Amino acid sequence: MIVASRPGQCVLGAAALGIATMPLWASAWHMQLVSAALVAALFALSLQVLVGATGLVSLAQAGFFGLGAYTVHLLGSPPVWITLPAAMLAAGVAALLIGPLALRTKGFFFLMTTLAFGQMLFFAFHDTPLGGGTDGLFIVRPSLGFTVSRAGRPAVFLLLNLGVLAIVYGGLCWLMSTMLGHALQGIRSNENRMAALGHNVQRLKLIAFVLAGALAGLAGHMSALTDAFVSPDLLGWHRSAEALLMILLGGIGALHGPILGAFALVAIQEAGSLLSDRPRLVEGVVFLAAVLFLRQGIAGWRLPWRTRP
Amino acid sequence: MLTGLIAQLLNGVQYGLLLFLISSGLTLIFGVMGVINLAHGSLFMIGAYLAFGVASLTGSLWLALPVAVLGGAVFGAVLERLLFRRFRTRAHLDQVLLTFALILLFEEGRSALAGNQFHSVPVPAVLDFSVPVIGGFGYSAYRLAVLAICLLVAAGLVWLIERTRIGSAIRAAAENTEMLNLLGFDAGRVHTLVFAGGTALAMLAGALAAPLQSVYPGMGDGFLILSFIVVVIGGLGSVAGAFWAALLVGLIDTLGKAYLPQAAGIAVCAMMAVVLLWRPTGLFSRT
Repeated sequence: MIVASRPGQCVLGAAALGIATMPLWASAWHMQLVSAALVAALFALSLQVLVGATGLVSLAQAGFFGLGAYTVHLLGSPPVWITLPAAMLAAGVAALLIGPLALRTKGFFFLMTTLAFGQMLFFAFHDTPLGGGTDGLFIVRPSLGFTVSRAGRPAVFLLLNLGVLAIVYGGLCWLMSTMLGHALQGIRSNENRMAALGHNVQRLKLIAFVLAGALAGLAGHMSALTDAFVSPDLLGWHRSAEALLMILLGGIGALHGPILGAFALVAIQEAGSLLSDRPRLVEGVVFLAAVLFLRQGIAGWRLPWRTRP
Repeated sequence: MLTGLIAQLLNGVQYGLLLFLISSGLTLIFGVMGVINLAHGSLFMIGAYLAFGVASLTGSLWLALPVAVLGGAVFGAVLERLLFRRFRTRAHLDQVLLTFALILLFEEGRSALAGNQFHSVPVPAVLDFSVPVIGGFGYSAYRLAVLAICLLVAAGLVWLIERTRIGSAIRAAAENTEMLNLLGFDAGRVHTLVFAGGTALAMLAGALAAPLQSVYPGMGDGFLILSFIVVVIGGLGSVAGAFWAALLVGLIDTLGKAYLPQAAGIAVCAMMAVVLLWRPTGLFSRT
């Protein structure tokens, strides 16, 4: 897992500053678009803890994302300092229940099992009154502790999402430099060797699974807060696959890959719907090209005068 | 009450057999080639739309069945040669993304060619009657015919894999591709054959299912998830495992939808969780 180099960190920081100044110069619509990309980046980053760091490809991630979003609705929208930890807790506990079962399997079986468990969460909200109907519902936004005017909302949520993403990204950068982070990356390169070295591989994987689940819950919470809308579709496995695409698009080997990928994907979707009547066709062609030709992702692009590692 | 139960049991068996046609392809493709195909549900959908197209053009569903099988075999062979062959040794993540891109392309292609409406395909006139079963109620003759066709295909598949030379080549390819090449077989051909066969089975299932339910966008999604569960329960690469697991899943899903509609989706997943706790590699796996 490559944490961005110093020039890379500077570029990311400059981009974050650029986004932070958007309320001064951008339209509400542009701010909402970037807000959506920030939430998507947060979600993809949560999955990167499993995919890029630990080498586990999971399709259950959207289930935890949706669970976090629904927590806001199910609690009846109390203030945000209650909903935010509650969403992370709910998603984390669900991951703690599903993880030990799913982690009994490996590779292909793990993929299928997480797909099935993710769909189980989806059905739990789609088929029962818990989800408030199959088409979703508008929810009351939790109070932020201060009043936000209708016109000020896009700016406030943009800054809020940016702040949360920056904190999570910074935290994960730090995590990757700790013993735990190195142990997770060890599992990705060679699981048997890590076991032979005396690490409790199963427990490490579970820690990664629960952490990723809780972060996905956080992303879901931010999505509910930003859009004031939840629907069972948030939990569907297509969303997990989309997050995997963001990771591949941005670069599986880099911690900042999912952030680049999320922005690229939102841009592609937006360009697709502006340029053609069939945005999903454009999306499909781009993904096919990405998986065929773009093996290192955007983060793998190098300036011409720099040699490849 | 009792007659209702018998009808639901028959529905469950018939649903499970359709599920077997889909998941046997999925389990063979993974077992032999090591490729995860998330677009397998879309192949089912394409089969159903093909049946709808043929049936509305010619008025005969019987013609649609061979068209689906042959069309599926050709389509599968082309997909394998052009795309899946290159992804055999790639990471699972790449395979997931490739097949997800295919899902988007297939769904968009379907939307461009056939639109997004629901369609219905009439049951063939010959079979448009009910057969009296015990308890004096009638059961659709077409559903019984589907049941019989699926059983025939299942028997044929088991015979092909267990008793013929091609079948032993397929089983050998699942064990060791290089060894197969050394023995003088062309492993590439075996892969093409398996993928073409799996596609043909999924599209046949779609064509058979077309008159039973509406033909609609995303109709393969539910089948995809259930056939994944079937493969996990049955054990990877095991056709016999897929058969029994498909029957089990089909029965639980159908009975669940009839008697406990809120819990049907969860019941099947919960059963998978129990199997995973008990035997993480599936009920019929050899290891």
